[in-house]
Amino acid sequence: MDGKGIALGMWVTLKRFVGTFTDDIKWLGKRYYTVDGVAMRKSTEVRGIFTVQYPEEKLPVPEEFRYVPFLVYDEGENGEKQPRCTSCGICAKVCPPQCIWIERTVNPNTGRPVPEPKSFCIDVDICMNCGFCAEYCPFDAIKMDHDYELSVYDRHKKDIYDLTKLLKPVSYYASIRPVNYAREEAAWAKAAHKPLD
Amino acid sequence: MNDMKRDNINSTKYDIPPELEGKIAITTLDKIYNWGRRSSVWPMMFGLACCAIEMICTAASRYDFARFGMEVMRPSPRQADLMLVSGTVTKKMMPNVVRLYNQMPEPKYVVAMGACASGGGPFKEGYNVVPGVDRYIPVDVYIPGCPPTPQALLHGLITLQRKIDAQSIKTVRWYRKEPIEAIPVPVLGPDILDPRQVQILKEMAQAKQSEQA
Amino acid sequence: MSDQIATSVLENKIENDLVARFPDYVSLDERKGYSGVLVRPEKLVEFATALRDELGYDYLSSVTGADYLPEGKMETVYHIFKTTGGAGLTFKAQFPRDQAAVPSLFPVFPGADLQEREVWDLLGIHFEGHPDLRRILLWEGFEGHPLRKDWREPFFEDESKPFKNRWPEGRIYRAEDKNSFANNVGYPEDFDPNSWVEDKDARLYESLKRSIRLPASEMDTDIVTVNMGPQHPSTHGVFRMVVALSGETIVSLKPVMGYLHRNHEKIAERNTFLQTMPYTDRLDYLSSMSNNFGYALAVEKLMGVKPPERAEYLRVIMAEFTRISNHLFAIGSLLNDLGAYFTPILYAIEERELILDVFEAVTGSRMMCNYFRFGGVARDLPAGMLEQMRKIAFDRLPGKIDELDLYLTNNEIIRARTEGVGVLTPEQAIAFSAAGPLLRASGVPYDVRRADPYSIYDRFDFDVVVRYHGDAYDRYLVRIEEIRQSIRIIQQALKGIPEGPVQVGKPQYQVRVPTGEAYGRVEGPKGELGFYVVANGKPNPLRYHVRAPSFINLTPYETMCVGNKIADTVAILGSIDIVLGETDR
Repeated sequence: MDGKGIALGMWVTLKRFVGTFTDDIKWLGKRYYTVDGVAMRKSTEVRGIFTVQYPEEKLPVPEEFRYVPFLVYDEGENGEKQPRCTSCGICAKVCPPQCIWIERTVNPNTGRPVPEPKSFCIDVDICMNCGFCAEYCPFDAIKMDHDYELSVYDRHKKDIYDLTKLLKPVSYYASIRPVNYAREEAAWAKAAHKPLD
Repeated sequence: MNDMKRDNINSTKYDIPPELEGKIAITTLDKIYNWGRRSSVWPMMFGLACCAIEMICTAASRYDFARFGMEVMRPSPRQADLMLVSGTVTKKMMPNVVRLYNQMPEPKYVVAMGACASGGGPFKEGYNVVPGVDRYIPVDVYIPGCPPTPQALLHGLITLQRKIDAQSIKTVRWYRKEPIEAIPVPVLGPDILDPRQVQILKEMAQAKQSEQA
Repeated sequence: MSDQIATSVLENKIENDLVARFPDYVSLDERKGYSGVLVRPEKLVEFATALRDELGYDYLSSVTGADYLPEGKMETVYHIFKTTGGAGLTFKAQFPRDQAAVPSLFPVFPGADLQEREVWDLLGIHFEGHPDLRRILLWEGFEGHPLRKDWREPFFEDESKPFKNRWPEGRIYRAEDKNSFANNVGYPEDFDPNSWVEDKDARLYESLKRSIRLPASEMDTDIVTVNMGPQHPSTHGVFRMVVALSGETIVSLKPVMGYLHRNHEKIAERNTFLQTMPYTDRLDYLSSMSNNFGYALAVEKLMGVKPPERAEYLRVIMAEFTRISNHLFAIGSLLNDLGAYFTPILYAIEERELILDVFEAVTGSRMMCNYFRFGGVARDLPAGMLEQMRKIAFDRLPGKIDELDLYLTNNEIIRARTEGVGVLTPEQAIAFSAAGPLLRASGVPYDVRRADPYSIYDRFDFDVVVRYHGDAYDRYLVRIEEIRQSIRIIQQALKGIPEGPVQVGKPQYQVRVPTGEAYGRVEGPKGELGFYVVANGKPNPLRYHVRAPSFINLTPYETMCVGNKIADTVAILGSIDIVLGETDR
């Protein structure tokens, strides 16, 4: 028990401490609030200060990131919204905590179902962000959003998301998930060119 | 340091001569009072479940919340301002949560972090889960997510700071004349019993007895 | 295929041997898809003693129960293994539902202590001969036994999911609006709030007093009872210990759990098989991938599917990264509890954040990964991810672990606080069913990846890390060395990963699981994590049980602490490394 272990430990800490200053100097002041600086702090070669200063510097989320779901609509010619959802109900059936409520539209004249949701609600206080709804939707209509800035003061009014809050354009979806979007578009195009049996 | 700038603290009605700018700021008592309180909120070390790990990661080096003045995490409720309920609140734990809330001195805030603390979360259907901590204690900010990423938690804390900014000394709860009532602690019986609802139970028992009679 | 036939012949051989040896009270379990033997309840202790002493099965891994309501029977299920390795044996005892009582196996295997209390608590099976049969996950006054099939929770909607009222006529409502108390509560019919008296833990304190072992001393001192309560800076979550002290020395200790009991097993009985996958993430929330792994293995055993090669490699890589991430956090929080406030945990979290970046890019979430599916993994790696994993495993982690080792392992304060503290001898460790680093630090080289290899672990070259003193310092050393072994496995896997599909067949949300039972186990970072799944042809399981290592590793906790000082409880608990999500499920 001669204190050598403690001295070694303090040496390692001192080395890291001094390293934060030398690293700052090497970057000549461009280490913070720049895109390169943030990217470096997310890479595996990071040395020195590791902090990403939210809210001025936001760490970009990867493409597969999943938070709460949202519904995709295609934009029609006159700017009208055409939701892709056909209210088939698969997302409601596969959701583990059963937080999706769908009401299917019924044609008032014939009494037969119409493939459009009359109401579509998700209770965000139950959603566990698992992504099953997006994974098993056959129409690519519901996808997982990247937006995580969702804190509210009053959950009884704000935390049930209905169609108005859930519908987002397909251009938004393509901007947050480009690789997935390209792959799905290719698959739809291929399926459209298949000869009918 | 951004909010120390003159523009935020100065109220705009008064002109300061140029040679004194930077040395004098004219502000309202509310602004200074709220600025002091929102820049040094001390959370209580109160992690219940998985969200607690994200809270620890928020306190750690990558998403440091010491930048917001919150690095002093006190285990003792007597020294804390903010109860970050992070994780599922179960019935067995609920009496302790309410007791801790009562022991915190004013001004105190509660942030329900995650889906479980806000509304029961994915475990809501369970027999031992309280569907949201706001059944028993008042909550100021709700942060959805399972778990909320550290950046989402920081956004929630900034939302709380904005709420503190909007408060005024004239209307805050702890400077009123009436004493603040402590929340009655629930009791664990055949199922958790909220003392505020004993009346409903008695009425139900009465109705059942008269039905059988 | 021939391996499967060979093992099943071998298993049947063991069971046939047992039936031949004890013909009057042991019989084969003939149900379709089931394995193991049935034992008459009154001869259970005799049978268990014979297994332990004559046949070498000394490690009782899991004790659980199941409720077969249509047949009017209940049974207790035991899984027992040999510490020399091998597939192990399942034996059960059956008895009618209205007389649910069996002899306790506590005299033979002390490790059955907490598990039998849990079966009593949740299923209502009484264990005769158990020294202290109290409720463990729920509180003493609770009404009913929740896992019984005829017990309904207050927010009950339907026997199994998906619930019919979500689609196509799904008008949204909040569940609390349909309950007269606007809360998840329900009281028995004859409950009278006026005459009911609160329990206040009387039986807990009684049991504490009964187990006090006073040290020999001439002075007549008082015993102080201290509650290290659910809210405590160093109890790793909501865990409570009631400690009886004579001065500063511990004379008795009782752990109290259940403050995070989230009804995982009852929820899983209502879920379909796929829907339980995200719930398993939340068991041991620091290492979600290995929970997924265990559950996927159990259901794949029932279904008889085997994932493709690339998926197996991805599974192993993810499981080993999870082990590293968990051990980093465990070392960091152990040091946090010892008083090195925040510096070691900050350095550990920095490395862990880089691993979590990998998880986030591949699966979508840092902690709740939900990555494994039955027959493979959910999706393939995105572009550039293999390169990032290589940089972490080859370039960054080895150096950083050496730095952590350099600055912590020989630190005099750590050595003074953890050497000789919380000693667990190898015989005690096996008898108490300890698992994981707790078992290996006591000198028993039992690692499921080597003893009963699953997935493709038999292809990789790694060492099972063992130390021989059994104290808290050795457990810390075992964890540091296990990180190095995990890095070794990842390096081999990254070199050999083939191209190919990552899932067998098309992704399906309605899996067809044939009737039967399966016990799938993995070597989780905290110990042996097992999943016992019973299916009866329906889309949801009949019984689902998690063999949680953190829960069972708390069985020797009292033995380890008695005789030490009160400050050592924190060091010992940190070295066992528990996670409350798993302890309480």
